[in-house]
Parts: sequence; C-alpha cells; structure tokens
Amino acid sequence: MKNREEIAQALAASGYIADGELATAISLMQLLKRPLLLEGEAGVGKTEVAKALASVHATELIRLQCYEGLDQSAALYEWNYQRQLLSIQAHRGDKPDDVEDQIFSEKYLLERPLLAAIRRDKPPVLLIDEIDRADDEFEAFLLELLSDFQVSIPELGTIKATTIPHVVLTSNGTRELSDALRRRCLYHYVDYPDADREARIIMARIDGAGASLSLQIARMVEGIRKEELRKVPGVAETLDWAAALVGLDVRDLHDAPETVHETLMCLLKTHEDKSRLTREVSERLLGKVA
Amino acid sequence: MSCCGTNPGYEELDEVSRLVSSKLAAFLKTLRDSGFAVGLAEGQDAAELMKAGYAAKPGLLRSAFKHLFSARKSDWEKFDGIFDAFWLGRRVRSRSTTSGSSKAANNPSLKTLADGQRGGGDAAIDQMPSTDDGGADRSGEGRMEGASRADNLAEVDFRKLADPAQIEEAHQAAARLARAMRTRLTRRDLARRRGYRLDLRRTIHGNISHGGVPIDLVRRQRKAKPLRLVMLLDASGSMSMYTGVFLRFIHGILDQFREAEAFLFHTRLAHVSDAMKEKDAARALDRLSIMAQGTGGGTRIGESLQTFNRWHAARVIHSRTAVMIVSDGYETGDAALLGREMAALGRRCRRIVWLNPMMAWDGYSPEARGIKAALPHVDLYAPANTLKSLTALEPYLAKL
Repeated sequence: MKNREEIAQALAASGYIADGELATAISLMQLLKRPLLLEGEAGVGKTEVAKALASVHATELIRLQCYEGLDQSAALYEWNYQRQLLSIQAHRGDKPDDVEDQIFSEKYLLERPLLAAIRRDKPPVLLIDEIDRADDEFEAFLLELLSDFQVSIPELGTIKATTIPHVVLTSNGTRELSDALRRRCLYHYVDYPDADREARIIMARIDGAGASLSLQIARMVEGIRKEELRKVPGVAETLDWAAALVGLDVRDLHDAPETVHETLMCLLKTHEDKSRLTREVSERLLGKVA
Repeated sequence: MSCCGTNPGYEELDEVSRLVSSKLAAFLKTLRDSGFAVGLAEGQDAAELMKAGYAAKPGLLRSAFKHLFSARKSDWEKFDGIFDAFWLGRRVRSRSTTSGSSKAANNPSLKTLADGQRGGGDAAIDQMPSTDDGGADRSGEGRMEGASRADNLAEVDFRKLADPAQIEEAHQAAARLARAMRTRLTRRDLARRRGYRLDLRRTIHGNISHGGVPIDLVRRQRKAKPLRLVMLLDASGSMSMYTGVFLRFIHGILDQFREAEAFLFHTRLAHVSDAMKEKDAARALDRLSIMAQGTGGGTRIGESLQTFNRWHAARVIHSRTAVMIVSDGYETGDAALLGREMAALGRRCRRIVWLNPMMAWDGYSPEARGIKAALPHVDLYAPANTLKSLTALEPYLAKL
C-alpha cells in the first residue's frame, strides 16, 4: 500500500504526466477497494492511466475491450470446444459420466480477461475499456462480478478470486451508464491537459522535442481545440503532430508557417475540419502562440 | 470554519475529523438535493477516508470526496462549488439546490400549460402569442364552430378543439395512442429475430449423449435493438395550440418506453425525459415548467439542433433511432445553420420525421425559410394535426 505522495512520484517515474487529482483517485482506489471510472473525450489519455497504474504497482495489465454484443464467452471464459470434441471421440468407449467430468475440467477451460484478472497471484490492473460500448446486460453482469469477485461456471462450480484486481473502467459517453455502476465506482473526469502539462507530455514522449517547441505546439493545439471542430484533436494527435514537426526539423513554429499548416493533417481528421482551418486561421492561431 | 486550518497537529486532526463527521450527514443531504446519487455506502466510505487522514487538508478532502461522490461529468463540475459553499462558506449554500421555484414563477408559458392540463381547459387559447385579450384569435378561424361539429375526435384538428372536456379527451387519446404504438413496435421487433450463429457451448452440452457428434444444433440469436424514438418538440409561441397534445403524446411514450428521449426547444434546448417520466401527467408538466426557462423571442431551431448534436446526440442516438421533430419550421435564427445541423443529424440517425401541424392547413406551402432549409434532409414530412394523422405514423415507424 502506497500513500498519495508515493503514488504521485511513481506516476511521474513511469512517464505519465498526471493531473493533480489522479494520485488521490488512485490512493482512494486502494483504500476503499472500489473500481475507478474514467470519463472524458476520446483521446485525452484514459487508457494511458491504466497503463501508468500498472507500472505504479509493477503488475500486469489485463485489458478487456468492450464492444456491442460482447458476451460472457468473450469476456469471462469459454470451453475449448475443439479439444472437447477430440476428447469425446478418443474416449468413445468410456462411461459417459467420466467423459463429461473430464471434458468439463480446468484443462479445457479457456480464460478470458475477467476470469484471468481474478486468478492471478499478484493483483493485476484490469482495464475495462469503453464500457459504454457494451450493452446493458453486460454492464449488469459486470456489476455483479465487481461486487462479489467470484464467478460461477455451471459445469465446474464457483471460482473465487484469489486476488482483487485494481479495476479501471473507461467510458466515452456514447451511452448513458447505469446509476448502479456509477455508484459503485470512484469517478474521475479526464479533461484535455492544459498547455503546460501537454508540453511536458510532449517532452516526455517525443525525443528531440525541446522545451520551447513543445510549449509552442501545446499552445497551438490549445488554440485549435477552441475552434469549432467536428473532431477535437486529442493528446495522441498532438504527439503525432509533434513527432512530424520534429521529424521535419522544425525548431520554432514561427520559422515555418508553411510546414505548420501542411502538417495540420496530423490533428484534423475530417474534411470539414480541414476546410474550416484555412491558412488564415492557422496563421491567426500561430500569431497567438508566443 | 476550523476544518480548513492548513497544518493541524494530530489532536487537531482528530478534532477536524470529528467535526467533518458530525456534519457529514448534512453534506450528503446537500449533495442529494443537488442531484448526486449518494447513499449509505458512500457515507461509510467517507468516514473511512477521514480515518485514513484525508481530512488533514481541505484541498485533499475535497479531491477525495469529489472522486467518491461524483458519478458523472455534471457532478464532477459542480462538486467543487458545492463543497466550498458547504464547508468553507464561500457562497450561499442554497445556490446548489438547482433552479428552484423562482424560475417556475417567471416562466409563464409552460406554467400556464401545466395549469391548463390540470383544468383540462383553456390552455390552447391562453397561450396564443399574446394578442392582448385574445379577441383577434377568437374572431378568426372559427375555433368554436370546429368544436360543435366534432363528432369524431380522431379527425378534428387539435387547434379547433375548444371544449375542455374534449381537449382532455384528445390528450388522453394521444397518451393511449403513444402507449399502444410503443408495445406494438417492440413486439414486431421480437418476432423478426432469427438465429444465425451456432452456439457451440449448448450444442456440445446437448449432444454428449450422441457421443459428441453434433446432431441437434443449437443456434444463437442476436437480440434485436428496439427502435428508439428521440423527440424534439417545438414549444414556441407559434406552436402553442399544439404543444399540449404533443406533450401528452410524449408523456405517453416515455411512460413505457425505455428507449425514448424527449427534448423541448424554443430559443434553447432542454432535455425533458426525466421530468416527463413522472407517472402523473400533471406533475410531469409541472416539473417541465421548472426546467424550461425563457420563452418568447422566436424559435431558434438551428441553434437548438446544434446544441442537440453537440451535447446529446452521441448519447441518445444509436443506429436504430428515429428522430421526430415537431415544429412549424418558423425559424427566427439562421436558416443556413438549420440546414447544416439537419444534415449532421441525418448522418447520425436512421430516419428523421418532421411533423408539421400546419401542413394540413388550407393553402399552406413550405415557404418558411427554416422548413425550406430543413426539408432536403427529412425522410418523412407529415402533418400531425389530428389523432388520425398521428396514428398513421405507426406503420412507418414500425418498418425502421
């Protein structure tokens, strides 16, 4: 168990530039044994939080990507049907009961992320990504799992958790989550980082990005986010753009307004946004960057 | 308050914890009043937090409580204000108890509407875009005459209903219609299911007796998504004769439908699903009047749609969503914006149905700038001025 300051230090050491309150959230997760629900726009680095958390606890990250129609067999466990079929064929003469006992044993069980997460020796970080994409039924099932930490497999019996994983859920808000799930979780809203923090992120991630260039890029992106865009660029896009600029040997944005405008494609992902951010607009934004 | 001393010693810390604990219940109540979903479990966890020393600094306690008590972005955003107001006395405490009754009072239009519902009465007339005494309206169009020959309610234009009893009857019919429509739509969905994947798990389990040779195949069906209806109702002055009936219609649909959302707009957009889910129609409308504020000044359909697209669409629209806009299309804002937003909306949802009660008027043609800009993006443009025309929509919606 680590206290809040240690967590903040460990986060920084892992290369994740956290906002001030995230360390509190993580220490609360340990204290209260509650999952952490992260919400925020796409591309603000929600998934990165889980990765950083795994490195803080020096443990494994188990990820479950949710999608519409996600069911128990993809999330929890599945029997290895091919092996079962072969085994049935091979034991053709045996007593049916014995065969049944055999093919529904651990050996034929395929672990999926949720089952894997509760059967590790060391508590892993379980990332349930984009929970809003899964359907209501799955959410209800998840709720049950997160409160009991045990799984019942009809053919095998109940499997109790050997460890309680650190659970992180993320949501993009494509669907309203149930109140029950929200209440079970600690909540943290991840916002776009401010220019200062984004600059530090760029410096940490992109080799060769100097302090002044990083800050310029971050300020410019901050300006672009304030424009009326269909798809607001996230941190990942900022990093792409910074990498592109560094790769093109730009040291100062003011020296290369042409390059700046042409590389904006790293940030703008729809035709409408591209045509909205004309040369004049990009020059105006560039003018505001000190 | 003494809990905000920056560096308390251990004894003092205990003191702080005790103080916070003693007022915790009141704080939780304040949060609940502001719409936070906090229960007993959160209270216990909060007590545990204080035991662990989080009460040492107000900033730390606030941050910890914020994570614990918030459940959604809106909570997250208003938490700091509420916390500061309660514990540090920075602002007036009662501010957090949301838009209270004062707003209801200076929101005449929807208020009268609600009253009209209860009395069943003059809602339609009272809400005419206020010609001083309503005399001009009464002389025109023959509203009274319409009432007298209304044998068959189903075919009478809503605006021609004058008798309170008849209006009430029409409202009830609209609500009934909405409910019936909903159940029928879902049932049709269920009947259309067809399994297309093999369920290996059940197949193997079921065929152990055949020595594992899969003879009886078990199939899996994909659950059909029920149709979701999103309704945007124009509550501006020019629509006032129809708002009452449509509100009842919406109320009827939301009552049973899990898959429906409703919004009201005039100059701005308000999400009214929660208020409308109130069982009692009169109370639902009462809650509405608290939520919507500021009428008059025309209809900004484009801007309202923009708000909808930006803040609500991602959440309420999925691939099987029909958006139903009820409006006369008299746009007082920017018609080009309306066109753009309609196009954006059209890309997201399955169908856009635009109901225009005035369409059935003699000699009406879509001349208003708004409706002209919007029409190219509308899949079905229909009149909805009688119960019959509302009923006629159902087969169309069922096909989606």
